[in-house]
Amino acid sequence: MNLSNQQTTEDVAAGIRKRVFLHTMRNNGGYLSQACSAAESLAFLYNEALTLGEPTLPKVPLPFGGVPSATNPDAFTGAGYHGPFAPEFDRLIISPAHYALVIYSALIQVGRMDEHALDHFNVDGGSVEMIGAEHSPGMEVTTGSLAQGLSMAAGIAWARKRKGEPGKVWVYMSDGEFQEGQTWECLAAMAYHGIDNVRVIVDVNRQQCDGAMSSVLDLGDLAARVASFGVTCRSIDGHDLGAMRAAADSTEPGKPLIILANTSPYQGMEFLKKRFPRLHYVRFKSADERREMQTTIAAELGVDEAEIVRA
Amino acid sequence: MVEIVNRPYAKAFETFATARPDILCLSADLTSSCEVDGFRDRHPDQFLSLGMAEQNMLSFAGGLAMQGFRPFLHTFSVFLYRRPYDQLINSIAYSNRKVRLMGFLPGITTPGGITHQAIEDISVMRAIPNMTILECGDATEVETVLDVADSIDGPVYVRVLRGEVPRLFSTPFAFNKLRTLSEGDDVLVVTAGVCTEEALRAAEPLKARGVGIHHLHVSTLKPFDREGLIKAARGKKGVVTLENHTINGGLGSLVAEILAEEGLGVKLRRLGLQDTFAHGASKPYLMKKYGLDASALVSAIGQLLGKNLDIDDAELEAVRIDTVHSAQKAEAL
Repeated sequence: MNLSNQQTTEDVAAGIRKRVFLHTMRNNGGYLSQACSAAESLAFLYNEALTLGEPTLPKVPLPFGGVPSATNPDAFTGAGYHGPFAPEFDRLIISPAHYALVIYSALIQVGRMDEHALDHFNVDGGSVEMIGAEHSPGMEVTTGSLAQGLSMAAGIAWARKRKGEPGKVWVYMSDGEFQEGQTWECLAAMAYHGIDNVRVIVDVNRQQCDGAMSSVLDLGDLAARVASFGVTCRSIDGHDLGAMRAAADSTEPGKPLIILANTSPYQGMEFLKKRFPRLHYVRFKSADERREMQTTIAAELGVDEAEIVRA
Repeated sequence: MVEIVNRPYAKAFETFATARPDILCLSADLTSSCEVDGFRDRHPDQFLSLGMAEQNMLSFAGGLAMQGFRPFLHTFSVFLYRRPYDQLINSIAYSNRKVRLMGFLPGITTPGGITHQAIEDISVMRAIPNMTILECGDATEVETVLDVADSIDGPVYVRVLRGEVPRLFSTPFAFNKLRTLSEGDDVLVVTAGVCTEEALRAAEPLKARGVGIHHLHVSTLKPFDREGLIKAARGKKGVVTLENHTINGGLGSLVAEILAEEGLGVKLRRLGLQDTFAHGASKPYLMKKYGLDASALVSAIGQLLGKNLDIDDAELEAVRIDTVHSAQKAEAL
């Protein structure tokens, strides 16, 4: 599967789902549902929306460089896969770090990372961690404890605005992060300070670790709640690229843009519906289930099952 | 009588920050309580009001630091680490960001009670990798801590004194260097913050009774001037620590660790909050009640030496060095 980055965004989305599916089958589990919900959003970001330079890190991911400190010059961040920091380039802050596998797959699909980079996934001593941290490909900050990414992005954006940099700060978030109070603190701060160089896409899949959000702590009318903070809020079908383009173009001066991408946690892999509401991390309960899932989803995605056995 | 300086931080911060455009003053609704209201009014471009929302403020500051700004966060000590501890770890400390946490009203210097008294902040901060911890003991240190904090490659937590602050020292804050306030052969006394002023009150009465006190003042708690401590502790009959903090995890603990690691075998008495919360009352009342005052220090020294030093409160009161300072009312919020 060698694809250039001259692809349609639909193709990129399909490639993300396929890569996450292949990896999940090969490794007996994974964050599969997140690929279903996030594929179009991430494909849109990497293939259309983001203005990025060429990667500054090698295509084959580096080993972990050690934790950041005043005495460790070898520490690095995975932002290098988004290209250099320059005033004209955008930044992308990934907030739900458990989407790592989907992010890595997106980076591979758009040619920013090596075709076989997922061979390094969750390998001891590597940087391609299961729950990404700031050294993991595509990650610039450490967001495994959810709902801090938006605030850090807001700080970056305020600073960039102050320095007159034209580049935007994009944030990819999950809807579960709206259960944390910090997200609302940040919306208030961005509105008050007019931080309008922030663009957020939220994966509103209404799923979380315990199951359906409605059974855990429902968010209610999220769009109305977000809009009431004085930010620009667009609620769209998160699998409709036309709607996403229109939303991304609908910024208002003085306000950050929050796009609520309403998604399905089994988009493109209808078989997963059978597992609802336990979709957060897909494991196989039996060999039979594994076989059935493999055959059915492979057919849905148009994947040759023989590809799965590639070592 | 010792000089009392009024609001030393206010002037020092304004002088410091206005000369450095990459410094930002962040505040969480306690702007005048942290003496930066004048700065806010005169330099609004360098001031960011983030409201009563510390979790966002800490992560936001991490983002500012990523872009080359050096944010100085102003609020009460207690609000910098209790509620936003996760943000402190993940948005600031792990990434070794140059964020400066300026903590006001440390320990029992506030009548605000349990909710306002940062009594375990040093213990918590010491456990965080990459963190530097500084504590001001007088007006000179308040005036000169900003340059020190700004020179650190990584996050810094500072215990700041506000309002009327005595000037005890004539030389500026020196990073990671113990201040020797007196040299004597019998007992090593190690103090920090407001406790240093308190310990100084015991100096003359002890001297009069022939007790040789080696007094060290600590203004850098992490890292720590280990060699300076070892040198001073060697050969002493005992060591006493006195801190405006719980005895668990702060100055007393770190001195204990070093004495044990060096195998000095010298007796140690840790004065401070004895594993208890305090409550809302004036600073002198609380220091007396919880044994953080000169009287408690004298008792501990007497116990270590096995003698009754016969120094009563009246005698300690008489040599009080902060007459003006102590006349002020319990600090308002």
